[in-house]
Amino acid sequence: MPWFIKTKSEREAKKKLKDDIWIQCQSCGAHVFRQDFTNNLNVCPKCDWHGKLTAYERIGMILDSGTFKEMFETIRPCDPLQFVDGKGPYSEKVETARAKTKLNESIVTGSGKINGLNVVMGVMDFRFLGGSLGSGTGEKILQAANYAYDNRVPCIIFSASGGARMHEGILSLMQMAKTCAGVARLDERKIPFISVLTDPTTGGVSASYAMVGDVNLAEPGALIGFAGRRVIEQTIKQKLPEDFQTAEFVKEHGFVDKIVHRKDLKETLFTILSYYNR
Amino acid sequence: MERELEFEKPIAEMEKAIEKLKALAVDNKGDFFNQIAELERKCEERKEEIYDTLTPWQTVQVARHPRRPVLYDYISMIFTSFVELHGDRCYGDDHAMVGGFATLGTQKVMLIGHSKGKNVDENVKRNFGMARPEGYRKAIRLMRLAEKFNLPVVTFIDTAGAFPGLDAEERGQAEAIARNLTEMAKLEIPVVAIVTGEGGSGGALGIGVADVVLMLSNAVYSVISPEGCASILWRDAAYASNAAESLKITAKSLLSLGVIDEIIKEPAGGAHNNPAAAAEAVKAAILKHLKKLTTLSGQKLTARRFEKFSSMGKFTK
Repeated sequence: MPWFIKTKSEREAKKKLKDDIWIQCQSCGAHVFRQDFTNNLNVCPKCDWHGKLTAYERIGMILDSGTFKEMFETIRPCDPLQFVDGKGPYSEKVETARAKTKLNESIVTGSGKINGLNVVMGVMDFRFLGGSLGSGTGEKILQAANYAYDNRVPCIIFSASGGARMHEGILSLMQMAKTCAGVARLDERKIPFISVLTDPTTGGVSASYAMVGDVNLAEPGALIGFAGRRVIEQTIKQKLPEDFQTAEFVKEHGFVDKIVHRKDLKETLFTILSYYNR
Repeated sequence: MERELEFEKPIAEMEKAIEKLKALAVDNKGDFFNQIAELERKCEERKEEIYDTLTPWQTVQVARHPRRPVLYDYISMIFTSFVELHGDRCYGDDHAMVGGFATLGTQKVMLIGHSKGKNVDENVKRNFGMARPEGYRKAIRLMRLAEKFNLPVVTFIDTAGAFPGLDAEERGQAEAIARNLTEMAKLEIPVVAIVTGEGGSGGALGIGVADVVLMLSNAVYSVISPEGCASILWRDAAYASNAAESLKITAKSLLSLGVIDEIIKEPAGGAHNNPAAAAEAVKAAILKHLKKLTTLSGQKLTARRFEKFSSMGKFTK
């Protein structure tokens, strides 16, 4: 075979090598070194676009090193409806997601410290079925809120979710009520609940715990909204503004307190919690 | 009576036959009395049969039936007094969400519900029962008022969903619903919710965090419309009937999943076939549950509600 013709596997190997070294920013399209991107907390060094993080990457970024104690980690989906869609059973999707992410649910929960302050934290991971709100997710959020209630520590939830998990039908919808009942109880004991909305926070997650933080923070450029863009365009038959449902749009309309660059998030959380005078 | 739904055709044919026979009876002055009675009995049986074996997708059709009783029908049929209250005190008055002081038998309540229309004009005014943030904010304002007045809250759920529009997003549809979920969890008064027609996702749940959740036998309650689910998971809205099946959205399924507490049986042929009987059944069920709930203290109620919603969902530990 001539030297200039490459087999499919050679081409793929080369592309993989390229992807290992370079990454293309989804916002500005710039090619940046993967290493630079990762060192910059998955934020594009050229345009400040905030890429997604895994739950553990996020935890590593926010909590003091070595303080994280994971809780409720064995909770996982059980396919209560025996749901099968056009592409197969839900149970198979769950197994694929578990194998791919090494997670049991779309959220990781646990306790830890932020500059020495005790907190309980839940961090959603978009890689697990689009961060969807399943029964297990709801249970973990409720347990985290209950831990905050029992131990009188602030509760922080990082959201990254497309919304409800259709494969669990009505039980997924009920997680909205369940998680809200959990965080509502924190008011009774005057325990702070901080919600951090990251890309994306939409549907049933935005319409439950994510929007009712005592303080709502958001990452720059995050997609935040209730209904999907396409659904709205079809309903009202008009084009939506370019910045529609961005963190900046939502802040301008009064529903988040602050947009915080990822590099400042830990310090911002600490500063806010340091005002908690109880 | 006109019959719009495909599976109601056998009923329509029998009804037509009965009408003909009745006409004949009048013309010929003959004695068809027994025959007519027999046919009517058979027709009722057939109705029962058909309605007892509806598929989930057929149930969706009944739940959305254009002649299905809507909130104002129930108000005129079973509530002896209704003092409607308007506005959310923030932005405006949403006609898709209606509420006010109401009397049911001897029980005074705060009545709140989605309001669908029955013709084009009404539906335009009421946005087809799809509330905007101001609707949800009006609802929670009235619930707090009920708490102050020590009145139980009764909510009627019948919506395709919260309105998905630009203005609704700008005014915080997500926050409005989320706020209702947290605030309803705290209410120190009894709350009874009835899904009378369509229980469409967050838009339904936004007034649905109740001590007792009732559901009419042909109502549906779902996380997403079957069409929406089909277009996402099957990539084709034509699979709506499959989605309706998979999503488990009928009253029977929801009762077995522990999401609702009781099914209110509709008259044969569905609520639209006999609205008065459906309304009486709704009234009896509400009064029965309120009788028990009104004996409980505010703290007991919130504790029970917390337990109820805490236990929702199924997962592996």
